[in-house]
Amino acid sequence: MSARRIPTGGLIDRSRTVPFTFDGKAYTGFAGDTLAAALLANGITLIGRSFKYHRPRGVFTAGVDEPNALVTVFKDGVREPNIPATQIELYEGLVAESQNRFPSLDYDISALNQLAGPLFGAGFYYKTFMGPVVGPLKGTRFWMFCEHFIRRAAGLGRAGYDKDPARYERMNAFCDVLVVGAGPAGLMAAEAAAKAGKRVILAEQEPRAGGAANWSGETIGGKPAALWAEAAAERLAAMDNVRLLTRTAVWGYYDGNNLAALERVGDHLAAAPKGAPRHRHWSIRAEKVVLATGSFERPIVFPGNDRPGVMLAGAAERYANQFGVLPGEKIAIFTNNDGAYRAAAALKKAGGAVVAILDVRPEISAAARALAEEAGVVPLLGHAVAGTAGKRLAKVLIQRFDAATGRLSGDVRPVEADCLAVSGGWSPAIHLASQAGRNPAWDDRLNAFLPPQPTQEWTGAGAFTGAMSTAEALSSGRDAGLIAAGKKASRAKLPEVAAPPLEAGPAPVFEIKAEGKAFVDLQNDVTADDVRLAHREGFVSVEHLKRYTTLGMATDQGKTSNVPGLAIMAGARGLAIPEVGTTRFRPPFSPVSIGSLAAEKHGHFKPDRLTPMHDWHVERGARMMEVGLWHRPMVYGEAGETVEQTYIREAATVRASVGIVDVSTLGKIAVKGPDAAEFLDRVYTNMFSTLAVGKARYGLMLREDGIALDDGTTWRLGEHDFLMTTTTANAGKVMQHLEYYLDVVWPDLKVHLASVTDQWAGAAVAGPNARKVLEACVTETAVDNEALPFMGIVHGGIAGAPVMICRLSFSGELAYEVYCGAGHGTHVWEALMEAGEAFGITPYGMEALGTLRIEKGHVTGAEIDGRTTARDLYLDWMLSKKKPFIGSALMDREGLIDTNRIRLVGVVSLDGRPLGGGAHIVEKGSLEELGESIGHITAFCYSPALSKYIGLALVKGGKARHGTRAFVSDALRKRFGPVEIVSHHFFDPEGSRMHG
Amino acid sequence: MLIPCPHCGPRDVSEFSYQGDATRTRPDPASTDMKAWHDYVYNRPNPAGPHREYWQHAGGCRVHLLLTRDTLTHEVQAVAFARAGLNEGAGKP
Amino acid sequence: MAEYSALSLLKNALTGNRDWKPAWRKPEPKPSYDVIIIGGGGHGLATAYYLAKEHGITNVAVLEKGWLGSGNIGRNTTIVRSNYLLPESVRFYDFSVKLWENLSHELNYNVMFSQRGILNLAHSPSQADDYIRRGNAMCHGGGDGVWLTPAEIARKVPGVDLSRSARFPVIGGLLQPRAGTARHDAVAWGYARAADRRGVDILENCEVTGFLRDGEKIAGVVTTRGEIRAKKVAVAVAGSTSRLMGMAGIDRFPIESHVLQAFVSEAIKPFVDCVVTFGGGHLYMSQSDKGGLVFGGDLDGYNSYAQRGNLPLVEEVMGEMVAMFPAVARLRLLRSWGGIMDMSMDGSPIITGGPLPGMYLNCGWCYGGFKATPASGFSFAWTIAKDEPHAVNAPFTLSRFERGAVIDEKGQGPTPKLH
Repeated sequence: MSARRIPTGGLIDRSRTVPFTFDGKAYTGFAGDTLAAALLANGITLIGRSFKYHRPRGVFTAGVDEPNALVTVFKDGVREPNIPATQIELYEGLVAESQNRFPSLDYDISALNQLAGPLFGAGFYYKTFMGPVVGPLKGTRFWMFCEHFIRRAAGLGRAGYDKDPARYERMNAFCDVLVVGAGPAGLMAAEAAAKAGKRVILAEQEPRAGGAANWSGETIGGKPAALWAEAAAERLAAMDNVRLLTRTAVWGYYDGNNLAALERVGDHLAAAPKGAPRHRHWSIRAEKVVLATGSFERPIVFPGNDRPGVMLAGAAERYANQFGVLPGEKIAIFTNNDGAYRAAAALKKAGGAVVAILDVRPEISAAARALAEEAGVVPLLGHAVAGTAGKRLAKVLIQRFDAATGRLSGDVRPVEADCLAVSGGWSPAIHLASQAGRNPAWDDRLNAFLPPQPTQEWTGAGAFTGAMSTAEALSSGRDAGLIAAGKKASRAKLPEVAAPPLEAGPAPVFEIKAEGKAFVDLQNDVTADDVRLAHREGFVSVEHLKRYTTLGMATDQGKTSNVPGLAIMAGARGLAIPEVGTTRFRPPFSPVSIGSLAAEKHGHFKPDRLTPMHDWHVERGARMMEVGLWHRPMVYGEAGETVEQTYIREAATVRASVGIVDVSTLGKIAVKGPDAAEFLDRVYTNMFSTLAVGKARYGLMLREDGIALDDGTTWRLGEHDFLMTTTTANAGKVMQHLEYYLDVVWPDLKVHLASVTDQWAGAAVAGPNARKVLEACVTETAVDNEALPFMGIVHGGIAGAPVMICRLSFSGELAYEVYCGAGHGTHVWEALMEAGEAFGITPYGMEALGTLRIEKGHVTGAEIDGRTTARDLYLDWMLSKKKPFIGSALMDREGLIDTNRIRLVGVVSLDGRPLGGGAHIVEKGSLEELGESIGHITAFCYSPALSKYIGLALVKGGKARHGTRAFVSDALRKRFGPVEIVSHHFFDPEGSRMHG
Repeated sequence: MLIPCPHCGPRDVSEFSYQGDATRTRPDPASTDMKAWHDYVYNRPNPAGPHREYWQHAGGCRVHLLLTRDTLTHEVQAVAFARAGLNEGAGKP
Repeated sequence: MAEYSALSLLKNALTGNRDWKPAWRKPEPKPSYDVIIIGGGGHGLATAYYLAKEHGITNVAVLEKGWLGSGNIGRNTTIVRSNYLLPESVRFYDFSVKLWENLSHELNYNVMFSQRGILNLAHSPSQADDYIRRGNAMCHGGGDGVWLTPAEIARKVPGVDLSRSARFPVIGGLLQPRAGTARHDAVAWGYARAADRRGVDILENCEVTGFLRDGEKIAGVVTTRGEIRAKKVAVAVAGSTSRLMGMAGIDRFPIESHVLQAFVSEAIKPFVDCVVTFGGGHLYMSQSDKGGLVFGGDLDGYNSYAQRGNLPLVEEVMGEMVAMFPAVARLRLLRSWGGIMDMSMDGSPIITGGPLPGMYLNCGWCYGGFKATPASGFSFAWTIAKDEPHAVNAPFTLSRFERGAVIDEKGQGPTPKLH
């Protein structure tokens, strides 16, 4: 048994010894220990190094507010940096390492930084590193050179690059009452609300309910407080309408009483149970919230207040009472309030030697005096700590102190101590309330900020409200629970609390000014002098203070430093603390694993959209590509073929015989109702009311500002029944666009819309033999030119499945789009393949599809890119003059008809080399001397029909440049060469093939 | 943020698609008043306080709602169907 | 005021840092100024500095309703870049990058401009074409752009998920080497100090509540610290533009205010050396000198003047973070906050004289105001001093919406929430 472990007592399981390692050395602790407790029990007090000065640091707190003892944990084969040792529950085989030190924790070379301390005051970065104004390090180069080293010195732990193998989970939860914090107040609130029949969630960040009851040494209802809390928690856990979540930190308070919480499901276990996630992210919707988040003890700032061995008094008490660990052998107490006397008595009772109690106050309460007696010392009133000594605390330097003037006087006397327990008063944990609304209010009695008036549906209870005693916690907790349940407060008897009647308010002493570094923000190494320097330089508002000095910006978010920092600034400005202001707390209350927030999105945060024929494509060796959320075949490569060889083969086969392509991804919208034709006339630039039933028409839509939105064909299936197709990428956007107009702008139109994209499978069969393929397999209808003319529609069957066939062409060939129910997709596709076998039918992918459309000069998303007009694309023939339509009013504005706009052309490579999507077009220049851009290439291919590299481009002036020479200029891919600008209708401009 | 859809009940904001300012009136389709068109398409009142705005319940009934919501607090103060006709007989959310 | 240098730092260190002077004075307002700039953010302060330095106009007051730099200059993700598509944007933002390169010297204040590069990851052939078009636009416009293959990306940014099985496999990336990050607060403080030194009055806690008029002309402002008259009144209050315009009687304007959240992780040792953006969604991430990963994504997507957002967007951004850097799942989110963006109707800013006589307007910065700070201040000062725009801000008029000459980088059209 280690020297520091108390033989009996505490809430640990002494029957279970737990081995662990710290910095490679093996130790043991007990089940129920935190890493911090176990290290202290093993006599380890040096645990980390500070951020800036690399000063040795130990354990400062016992909870989530820990600024110093941050370690890296190794688990699941990955590293997790910056975890407070006070938050790590010991498990068998835990591997932890100290961080931010080199070569070792004990001898850290960067501790030399301290020698230059005065140079590194607040804001020193801003005043230097500007470097020379000439030479290779001019401009910002010198800073970047220095930054390289500064970055390596900064940071805390090191993260790994390996994928986190852990699983995370997201949970939506709904309840009538969410109680945050399961201390005495929270337990009472939860029970009161639950007994009133409400669905209750009680969330507690610690592994066990009870809060301060676990270490207060008080009794409730005649039982030790910890046991009372345990019994209360068990009662709650047994109720059907209560969900008790431990290890669950509520960290965010969002609009509409939406609270976010992190449950650490597996962190305390050597291996997570099968199926359990590491962390669970809770999004909780609560009708009412009870905030019973307690309070944080804060330190007094004095020189040397950061040495390992200095800790908060409440933490020292907790280590003794909850973990059975003495934080030191010779313990000194320094306080400005009564609370620390309870700690003194507890530490004495646990076997420690309390060597001194220093109290800045000239007088103390009788209760405090009695506790001092229990601790076996006469308190030194009107005294303060003026400094400390030792790498690990060895001596406390004490002096007389006048709380009224804040001055030290008399001799400096050393007191030998290896632990200094400090209390500067208590600040309610108002973080969630602050996130949810207004600024907090200062309380002169507690010298702390109290929660603001609620702007959302919450009530407070216990120390959170400034009611610091356990008796008050019980009564305010029960009342809050009842109020949240819509009941009246109760006068029924509460359990008796046996506790010393301590005065909660501290003396308003926040800092002891003396020679030496006195830290306000321990983790970011912000000293009291830094705060005063900020004041001197005019950074006096709270936010300036925070930003200039980094006060409160560390991983502990200033939980121990916020009020002392404000107090020192207030002192410097000669203002009261609330006049200096307070910063708004932001989510999260305590750090949250990013993995838990990603949860199921982990690695696949967007859905995969697959067509009905997806498996067929994959089986046929198609190389798939991303198109929006869809996976589509790029090419169906054969062994030894390059992508280019494949698409050329596929496209050539279409032109020579026949091919088939999966077009299921096209957006499909059923437009039905008596006003459907009128509606389409308004949303398309061209007429649809004149379209005959059984025919399709190509349509173009504009946005209200006159810019092209989308294009596609729409089929009239009946008088009041249309099937609209959109481009794959814009399907959702167009649907919303149409719905908006129907709901908001033209509510009088009787039209119903339904997205049917996923209901239909589609295959386009294209090529001179396309009709023959259909003739070989289509039943119940003829498909000859008479029955199925260009843009005609017929209904029939293929291999027993009903199909709808429209004769339209994107490739410029004789072509048909065959639609069937999605469930029949592969069946019909295979039948078409079989029917096409005799003609050497080939499936073709996006590359060949693109090639065929480029040869024809058809536009897609690369040209309709949200900036081009119908005129830019030479689609002005589609702009009806007979009717207004969306975009017609604004499409003729001067900026949109400027002749110098970039407009659609074709380009032909004159050097026989490929072009490139995104390459620019210039009139002159070279790769060394880039010319002025006159446009860019939107798409390119090798054209098997023309036997050359061609492309579509948007070029200033458009048609006016037909027949002229220019250059493709692709600085990114180092490609420069001559091109000819031509019409974008490269192939069969008359359309004789598709009409054939 | 919760939006009380009169059709589906209160739902999380993530189910909705914001469709913006609801105080604009589209000019008559045949209007050639360019100032009116410009104002309709580009200008917004953008108040700091109650804001009338459209939300589509895109992950639900797909209906457009007309909300009054405070842009300073995000509090939803009133909600109705954007299509006035649907509001007749609609129960309170 | 003492110059900042390594020497002055040393000298002051030896005297206990007792002799440092305030970075800027805290003067009382004068009854009148030649120019009043409403808005003590980056753009307002930069404008004041360049008015004094470039045009000798020093009888200037900057009015800030809260503490200096409390708007978006202190709430952004600190990215500086000029990787734009349209020539107007490339010209403007590249001009800005050039000013950034010498800014620390110019201000005698280390703004920590770090040209560590920005890498846009591309995940599909059409996205790659888009990015290459943009990269080529940058190069042809006088800027810099480089295309990286996945192998080159792996070397430059370890930790990016480059597996073929990723939901959005990375097929390449557009790097702008001259882009980078800067210390956002330092930019406000540096401009404030340099402007103050040239005689500009910086008036904090001075909220404008109305405008003074001489007939049609704007002749000054009513503030919480009294009436102040001025020959010229310039407005640079991105996030609150509509409110200020409302005070001037313009109640409809091509701007909406939206909330944008930003995030920072706990500080870790160097993890990523350049700014990285994820093309499978909308995410941008870099690492601060202090070690925190600083990142953000889309707008929450509704009009808001509350400087806080909601949970769905937080979850979306974290999902994208993990998709891009799978190791980041193990790290912890430390802090989030919200800023109010002035979203214009084409995603581009407005820097112009008007819309009322005596008034000048700088607004509509959407997400992108931080990087523009020097060029915005420079060109706005020019516009105020000369009553005509500088070449770089000439296209960024208010009338462009009427004329249909919008500068729509994203091709989203007249909607303020998608840019």
